[in-house]
Amino acid sequence: MDVIKRKKELVQEFSPMLEKSTKTSKVWIAFLVGVILVGLVAFVIQVVKGHIVTGMRDNVVWGIYIINFIFFVCLSYSGAFISGILHFFKTPWKNSVSRIVEIITVLSLIIGPIFILLCIGRLDRLYYLFLYPRIQSPITWDIIAIMTDLLGCFIYLYLTFIPDFAMLRDNSENAPKWRQKLYKTLAIKYYDTPTQRETLHKITRTMSVMVIALAIVAYSVLAWIFSLTLQPGWNSSIFAPYFIIAGLYSGVSVIIIAMYLIRKFYHLDHYIRKVHFMGAGVILLIISLLFGYFTFSEYFSRWFSHKIEDVKLLDTLFNRYFWNFIFANYIGVLVPVVILFFKKFRTIKSVTFAAVIAILGLYMNRYLIVVPTLESPYMPIQDTRPEYIQYTATWIEWALSFAGIAAFILFFILIMKLVPIIPMSGIIDHEREQKRKPHLSNNH
Amino acid sequence: MANKKTENGSENRRNFLRLGLMSSVSAVAGASLISNLATGEEKKASGEKVRVLTPDGKMVEVDAESINNYPEAVITPEESRKGIPDKKFVMVIDLSKCKNARKCVEGCQKAHKLDDHQEFMKVQLMQNNEEGSPYWLPKPCFHCDEPPCVTVCPTGATFKRDDGIVLIDNERCIGCKFCITSCPYSARTFNWGHKEKFDDKSQPYSPETQVPAAEGTVMKCDFCPDMLRQGKLPYCASSCPMGVIYFGDKNEDIVTNGTETVSFSQLIKDRGGYRHLEHLGTKPNVYYLPAVNRQFPVERGFDVDEEILDRYKDVPIVKEFKEQGKL
Repeated sequence: MDVIKRKKELVQEFSPMLEKSTKTSKVWIAFLVGVILVGLVAFVIQVVKGHIVTGMRDNVVWGIYIINFIFFVCLSYSGAFISGILHFFKTPWKNSVSRIVEIITVLSLIIGPIFILLCIGRLDRLYYLFLYPRIQSPITWDIIAIMTDLLGCFIYLYLTFIPDFAMLRDNSENAPKWRQKLYKTLAIKYYDTPTQRETLHKITRTMSVMVIALAIVAYSVLAWIFSLTLQPGWNSSIFAPYFIIAGLYSGVSVIIIAMYLIRKFYHLDHYIRKVHFMGAGVILLIISLLFGYFTFSEYFSRWFSHKIEDVKLLDTLFNRYFWNFIFANYIGVLVPVVILFFKKFRTIKSVTFAAVIAILGLYMNRYLIVVPTLESPYMPIQDTRPEYIQYTATWIEWALSFAGIAAFILFFILIMKLVPIIPMSGIIDHEREQKRKPHLSNNH
Repeated sequence: MANKKTENGSENRRNFLRLGLMSSVSAVAGASLISNLATGEEKKASGEKVRVLTPDGKMVEVDAESINNYPEAVITPEESRKGIPDKKFVMVIDLSKCKNARKCVEGCQKAHKLDDHQEFMKVQLMQNNEEGSPYWLPKPCFHCDEPPCVTVCPTGATFKRDDGIVLIDNERCIGCKFCITSCPYSARTFNWGHKEKFDDKSQPYSPETQVPAAEGTVMKCDFCPDMLRQGKLPYCASSCPMGVIYFGDKNEDIVTNGTETVSFSQLIKDRGGYRHLEHLGTKPNVYYLPAVNRQFPVERGFDVDEEILDRYKDVPIVKEFKEQGKL
């Protein structure tokens, strides 16, 4: 009976987060909706006038849309990867972060592919991908990988939500009718009986492994879109593992930032604690070192063997993109490394700061992988039209990019209104475990 | 003769093709090469024989039916995937004769209804190294035998035909631009916005002409298969006043620039023919003859519009000329 009482307590503790909207949150939601609306206007303009309104031209045919695509999709894969690992290895303090990670995974996997659609000249013919598929094309592989991954992640996310839906169903007598009904449907008759619990645990565990495997496949296929071409900056055998590390770099950083914001705005200091930031900080340190190592290997081998095309690319990088390169590949790696390496520098704020630098650096790193390569093709660009020589994103592209970020945050807030961001079932499980083995630490 | 299957019905229009190129030679090279053959004008009943000269110098008689009877027929996207039977088209560009007259570019643009800056054929000024002698490089699509663009296309909108030509079906293209990023020769262009000419449907669309073009799809040099079907040279080759561009059939081992018809293999052997960026392994079907014993100094090519000249401002020789005040 203890458990039932505790469940009620937890639902009561978290229900203000679900039901009440503060003034700040309303302002935020309005702002995010505004940004998304501007993005929609930009989208309509692009559909009506064609891709001529973007900064993309014959040489740089892929711009920040594809960078956003890689960024969000890699973020998702890394979310799946991290979440799978947290779950599979029963990491002691996972409970407070696992739902954040899962939501990041699914949201970015929905938003990422939208950006690749923005890149497509004939959206009206999108179904041709299924009508006339060619399995030889890496794009077809990517579509299969993303769709499989999306399905897998949805199932996985849903599985982790079920116990909480059940708790909400049993304990929200005062909630509006639609909410009760929604919880009842979503809980699919889960009553937390020992057999049900064990089955669910088993399935979730299996799915957590599947999701890791899916993420690795999907990462690699995404990297191959670039590395299987002959382009000097792309044709690299380390791209697939490089993308995995880069994805994890952004994934861990986004998780840290999300933890910081959620902790601050929802006053969850009790659940998201310093230990989480320290743990995430150490992981980010390891990944930033790996990321720096991969980046170094990639550019070092190009510089050392100095094939003519590589030299041309490096010239572009070190002239036109000098400061971008410094920011992406020096500051974006070294600042997080320095902050996270020394224990005395590691505070909640500094770890979050390191994460912000890491994300910005990584985004610029992606920009430098995509754009300068296309600006220095094998055949020299001999043109007089500036937009054909150098790519500059237009406001349309930026508006849609920010709309993507806004949609990510908005959906995050909305999901948090549906289910508590800290898995209540996880707390119950944890307490159950503690009762059985009281010597275990009291971390969440 | 092979290809009995094409002898009947609506496919008749392609019957000429097994002799198409020979007749093209006749059209441009005149009676010295082939007698009794006037391209595209045969409307004789079956049974009548015409005499033609094969590349190895033998005179043979063929049925007049085999000559193109319907040069003006539209090749639908479906038909355009098949290619012209028994052909393997090849282009040879003689760099020693090019002076950047840009007639190939203009002829191509006019035929394909391209805008000012949209060029299937680009003339680039190359200087391989500081000491290297600069030269003009007319660059069409190389119609590779291992085309990266075809491999990566997710819908099969771009395809490689049996006759070696790589074409794009703009009714199939979804505009993902993956082919553009995978082409190492920057041969492809994209229709970024809508243009009025796209609405002109007076000419039915064919991948062989790429007219009318469509917004949001990819285009490139197509080797003018519509002309080849009529036994004529591609527009770039026929527009060049210097005879820089030779075009022909590898199977017959024959290429012509309109005034001179030569053996392809002999030409490559004698003149040290090569393919651009051979190391990429794409196996182009466009060969270059090196710019030796030139007919014109490279600066003859500077006699173009200011705007065109401005394209080459980063090439060392152009910088040098500007410093010396010669430009």
